[in-house]
Order: sequence, then C-alpha cells, then structure tokens
Amino acid sequence: MGGLEGWRQAIAAETDGPYTPRFFTPEEWRFIEAACECLFPRDEVGPGARDLAVPRFIDRQMDTPWGRGALWYMMAPFEAGPPNLGYQLPLAPRDLYRTGIAGAERYCVKAHGKSFADLDTDTQVAVLTSFEKNPIDLDEGLPASLFFEQLLANTLEGAFSDPLYGGNRHLEGWVMLGFPGARADFMDWVDQYGPAYPLGSVAINGETAKGA
Amino acid sequence: MDILRADAVVVGSGWAGSILSKELREAGLSVIMLERGPDRSTAVEGAYPDSIDELRGAIRHRLYQDLSQTTVTIRNRMDQRALPYRSLGAFLPGEGVGGAGLHWSGVHFRVAPDDLALRSNVIARYGRKFVPEGMHLQDYGVTYEELEPFFDKAEKVFGTSGEPYRINGKIVGKGNVFSPSRSDAFPLPALKDVYTAYLFRGAAERVGYHPYSLPAANASGPYTNPYGAQMGPCNFCGYCSGYDCYMYSKASPNVNIQPALRQDAGFRLISRAHVLRVDLDSAKKHARGVTYLDLDTQREVKVEAALVILGAFQFHNVHLMLLSGIGRPYDAAKNEGVVGRNFVYQTITTSHAWMPQDRFTNQFIGTGGGGVAIDDFNSMNFDHGPHGFIGGSPVWVNQAGVKPIAASSFGGGKDAPRWGKGFKRAFADTYRHAFAIDAHGSNMAYRDAYLDLDPTWKDAYGQPLLRMTYDWHDNDIRMNRYVVSRIEPIMKELGATKYELGMLQPGQSFDTRVYKTTHLGGGAVMGDDPTTSALNRYLQSWDVPNVFVIGSNAFPQGMGYNPTGMVAALAYWAAHQIRTTYLKAPGPLVPS
Repeated sequence: MGGLEGWRQAIAAETDGPYTPRFFTPEEWRFIEAACECLFPRDEVGPGARDLAVPRFIDRQMDTPWGRGALWYMMAPFEAGPPNLGYQLPLAPRDLYRTGIAGAERYCVKAHGKSFADLDTDTQVAVLTSFEKNPIDLDEGLPASLFFEQLLANTLEGAFSDPLYGGNRHLEGWVMLGFPGARADFMDWVDQYGPAYPLGSVAINGETAKGA
Repeated sequence: MDILRADAVVVGSGWAGSILSKELREAGLSVIMLERGPDRSTAVEGAYPDSIDELRGAIRHRLYQDLSQTTVTIRNRMDQRALPYRSLGAFLPGEGVGGAGLHWSGVHFRVAPDDLALRSNVIARYGRKFVPEGMHLQDYGVTYEELEPFFDKAEKVFGTSGEPYRINGKIVGKGNVFSPSRSDAFPLPALKDVYTAYLFRGAAERVGYHPYSLPAANASGPYTNPYGAQMGPCNFCGYCSGYDCYMYSKASPNVNIQPALRQDAGFRLISRAHVLRVDLDSAKKHARGVTYLDLDTQREVKVEAALVILGAFQFHNVHLMLLSGIGRPYDAAKNEGVVGRNFVYQTITTSHAWMPQDRFTNQFIGTGGGGVAIDDFNSMNFDHGPHGFIGGSPVWVNQAGVKPIAASSFGGGKDAPRWGKGFKRAFADTYRHAFAIDAHGSNMAYRDAYLDLDPTWKDAYGQPLLRMTYDWHDNDIRMNRYVVSRIEPIMKELGATKYELGMLQPGQSFDTRVYKTTHLGGGAVMGDDPTTSALNRYLQSWDVPNVFVIGSNAFPQGMGYNPTGMVAALAYWAAHQIRTTYLKAPGPLVPS
C-alpha cells in the first residue's frame, strides 16, 4: 500500500473516525446535527451536512478567535437598532449558539412536544422556516432569524471550506459543485470558451477527490 | 516618553504612505512609517497553498481591519442614533503592512477627466438648477493634463496591464474610446478575456456599446518596475480580492514599493504602532509630529518630524484629523466647516446571467483587475438632460474568481431556495454556468452625509469612534436604475437561459451587513475653496500646512471608477509638489 491510495487512507483514518464535540453538549450536538442536515440534506444531488462533517466544522469554529467574538467590536453599550445597522447583541458566536439552541429547543417542545432532533423532517423544515421568516424571540432578545442566519451561513461554510477545518469531508462538497479547490492555476484554461474545467478537486493538505 | 525623530513621519503603509515614503526618501528626507497592524509579506500571508483558503481569507477576514480594537459607528439619518459596525459587512478596510493595497482586487483606472470638474461641467452643460438642493457638487481643483504624468508613473510602478486607445492624441488601439489621451502605452498588454468577459465583449459590441479591457494591476506577463521590483505573470488563480497574491502578480505596496524602501537605511517601518494623534502647536497651525501607542509595550511614543503625511485609509485619515484638531470640523446643521464634509461612497449593484448546462463559465477562474467594461454610461459620456440625475457607472464583467462559500449565499438566483433540497439542486446546477455583471457607479456628496466623532462609543485606546451618517439619495438611486436598465440589451445578446437585473430600490436605506465595496471617499476633500475643502489642490491641509493628507478622502464625490489609480496619481502629484516647491520653502502651497 503506498502512493495516492495510501495517502487517502491515512487521511480517511483521521477524518472518518468518531468525533466527540468539544464545545457543544450532547443535547446541543443532537440539535446541531439535525438542523445542519435539515439545511443541507443528503439527496440525489449529493452528500448531506452529516456526510460532510459540517457539525464537526461548526464545533471547531466555536473555539477560534471568530467563535469567541475576538474579531468583532464587543464594547458596551449594546443597544437595539434597525436591522440594516447590523448585529448589536453582546453575544459572541459561541454564546449566540448556546442561547439560540436553548431557545430553539424550548420552542420545539412548546409547539410540538419534542426536541428538534426528534421531529419528523417536514416538521423540522417548518420550524426552521418559521425561524427564518417569522418574528420569533428565542432568548435574551435573540431573534430566531438571527440565529437561523448564523446557522445557515456556518453550515454552508462547513460544506464548502477547505477540509482543513473539519467539514467538506473528502472534498465532496466541492465535487458536488465542480469546484477544483486549491489548484489555483488556470493559465492554460483562461481562454477555453465553454467546456467544463477538467481537473478534479484538491485540498490544501494534498487530498484529492475520488476519481480526480 | 520615548521620542523618535525623522524629517518626515508617514502614517499608514498602504499605497499612499508607501508612495510618499519612497518619494520623500528620493528627496533625501529621513522617513519613519507607522503601521498599526502587523508586518506582512507574501512569503507568509501569500504562501501557497495555505493562502488558497476562502474561509480564512475572504470569510474570516485574514487581512482586514481588526474591529475588536477600533471601528466606526453608522446611522442613516441625522436624527438617528448611530450604532457600532461590530462585524465586517458593507466595506472591508485593511490592516497591516500594505493596508487595503494588499487585499485589493487590482482594477487600476485613471480618471474620467470630466469628473475632476464635475460641478463646472454639469452647470456649463445643464445649468445651475440641474444640481439638486442639498448636493455638495464640487471640482477637484486639478486637471487631467496636470495629473497625466503621475498616472503614467503609477502605472509603471504597478505594472499595469491594459489596452490604450489614444497616445499623444493619436488613436493606437482598441482601448476605451471615452478615455483621455495618454503619454505612453500601458506597461503590459491587456490580460486575456475569460469566457464571460468574452461573451460580454461580443454582446456589448452587437448592442452598439464600446467594450474595452479593464486596466488591471495584475501582470499579464513578467515585469520589473522602476524600483527594481519584480512581478510574475498572473495565472488567473482567482485569489486576489481578500488575499495576498502568491504569484507576485497583483501589485501591492508590499511587492512593488516596500522592497526598495526596506533596503534603504534612511527609512524605518514601525508596525504595531497605532497613531493616536497628530501633535499640533497651541495655535493649531503647525504639526510637531505624531504620538503613537506601541501595541506591544502599551507605551506612548512621540515621533517629532517637520513634515507629517497622513496616508492611512480614507476614514482613518479623517478620524485622525478630527482627533487632532486639524481644520474645522464639519457642522451639518449649520453647513459649515470642512473636516468630515462630503463623505461619499459608490453605488454598486450586481446583475446575474446563467448560461445553458453545456456552456461552462467556470467562474472560479479569474483575476481581480481583469475583465471587460463599457463606459457608455459613465461620467458625462451620455446626455443626462432627459434623466435629471448627475453621475454614471461603468458596467463590466470582472470575474475575480467566484469561490463556493461566497457563491452559496446567492445560490441559484433571487427566486431559488436558500437552503434544503431545492437550494442544493439550484446551486449545483448553476455554480459553473453563472456569471455577474456589475454597475459600479458614482455617488454624489450631500449636506447630510458626513463624518464626525461619535458621542458614545470608544475604541480600545479610549478615543471616540468615528461616526458615519450616510444613506442613499434619490439622485444616485435613479442613476443606478437607469444604467442597470441599459444592461438589459446586453443580457439579451449573451445566449443566456436566464438573467436577473440587480438595482437599488427607491427609498432603500444603506445596509451595513452586506458587502458592497470598500471604495469609501471624501471627508477631507481637495479643492480651491477653503470653506468647502479641507485640503488644497496639492492635498495639503489649508490649516496646518506641514500636514498632507493622501487618499480617497480627497475625492469631493464618489466616482464611477475604482479609486486606487486616482489615489496613486494624487500621491505622486502631491509628492512632486512637496519635492519641487514645498521643501524649498515650507508653507502653504496655495494662499488661503
């Protein structure tokens, strides 16, 4: 065993093993896994959020400067304003998740008598749709739409960022789109007008997509 | 307190600061350059393949301003309470050596000459009543002919690729028919058209417009600039805007100027030096130097210098003037004062087209400054009389490399689902077939759009944040809508299966959450009248003549073109005047 296949297996051993969340509690983790899969479900188009390890991506993001709010201006006072003036809550992303998940779970139990992860798919879709579109307050003045947008943005990041960050497992998010990843050299393809770019996806660590 | 001394102190290490530092060194002055962010080099921030990382680069803002330390507050109207810009959205200032010049795209324009005297031109053509109440329409006080040698110089330093139209009055190529005559060709030929640019060029020609290759500071071939800095040919990797170019193809202060400065014993760069204020004498007529906070030691340091150059980003320059007491702050209620006046932006909207499933746009291929544009609806190139608005927009395909995270927030278009199965289907079906056409337009200045100091919020160093009062105005919304309506004939010629026009909506408010452009301008504008400009035509403070303020802060209104080429030309123009006139007899270059 050697060469490309050996390399693939070495990467697989690391990225395919079981994952224990570092930030989310087991109850929060059930919500994250179910909600991400609902936003980005496995279907005939391609893999779902669980296949791509999107929940693992989000868990790891919670323990970055971004997750801790260190990239945001977080000085008081915090005052509410019109949405177009931007985010004004005192919650760093990780606190926004903690507060948001707790509020979302309470909402599900109250409205449907069950935890989000235990709802059937149609009801999950209905719940996330109300979070997206209706004026619902989750907790500590956190609008459900704000939590929803954060979750959606991070789910898409997890599906399409370099596998370095724990999501986009085996580059399958990129394969679904036809994005070549870190190739970053199109000198001989600039003026080929119309055909599909022929080379497969490659990650920063050298992992290549199956069939590439 | 520690005290350093130099002939000149330069605040900011982006294009403006780097150009001024180089010019002042050539004049024999010792120079200290202060940069509040970290040192940066292509060997680190540009290293392949680590830099080919959308999450770290454009999404988590690797090269942008650290808002946790200092930001601005924003409101739309004077009667509103401004709130902090807590996370990056509408605009993305840089931080660290190279400033926004490290993470820019590379579109490198000159100027539409009519824009330099927009007030005079509009009034001459349409009469005084054409200018709406509350609009502060002004001239720059400088002409294209005066600036031409400096545009030429900047292009040679940047290694700009492009196709000329006219050189010394003679038509020489297929460049922009609306562009003014040049004294020389571009240093490098135009970049190749990617597929979507090629489609746009053909469609625009068939419609009767005048397409041209965007001038790009992304090298179309190997190049060595007058400072001995070398650039490699762009390979269209698509990692320009938001990234440090690993190919040394995109011009940046770091690649094109700093290598010469760093070998020069008379130049000293101090990074992680946050300038707190320009130190003035008690009459506020003379600057003694600046005080900065050493971010590593948390100690204040004074730099004493006979000449002070503010070369930070547009609004940081204005912020420093307000914090230091340079010039009279603008008072919107009384419509008096100049520092903070004429704060402007640009109107940019994106329209989308989708090609059939067997035609691949491969939009991940791209280069930040390359593309094809038309100027038929820019500046004063068309008759504004029937429309009753001032300004215009170039329109272009500028495929800078569309990567999947950014593309996913748009997915399959306005009507496509944003998540779930429907989203996946639409996104997977469109990602490799989509493309974008932008209307990148002007924005006029208004009495109620300005910068001042916020009464409530402070930065990490205890100083008041800068406050932006800004909203879209009817004139600019109508301009955008008209120009975008003129894109529709192109859309019909592309062979697209579907298209969507993107335009500003009447009454729409400026939204800080969604990226538009980092092309902020004004706030300390140049001009001939000290009651309406903070700087004279050489970008010298009317009030404190040993302070020059270099940047897009000098633009009296937001132009349709990208600002960097104009900023670089103004930097060389001001530097030339400092070298040839000011240093012989320091004092006001224009009597006030």
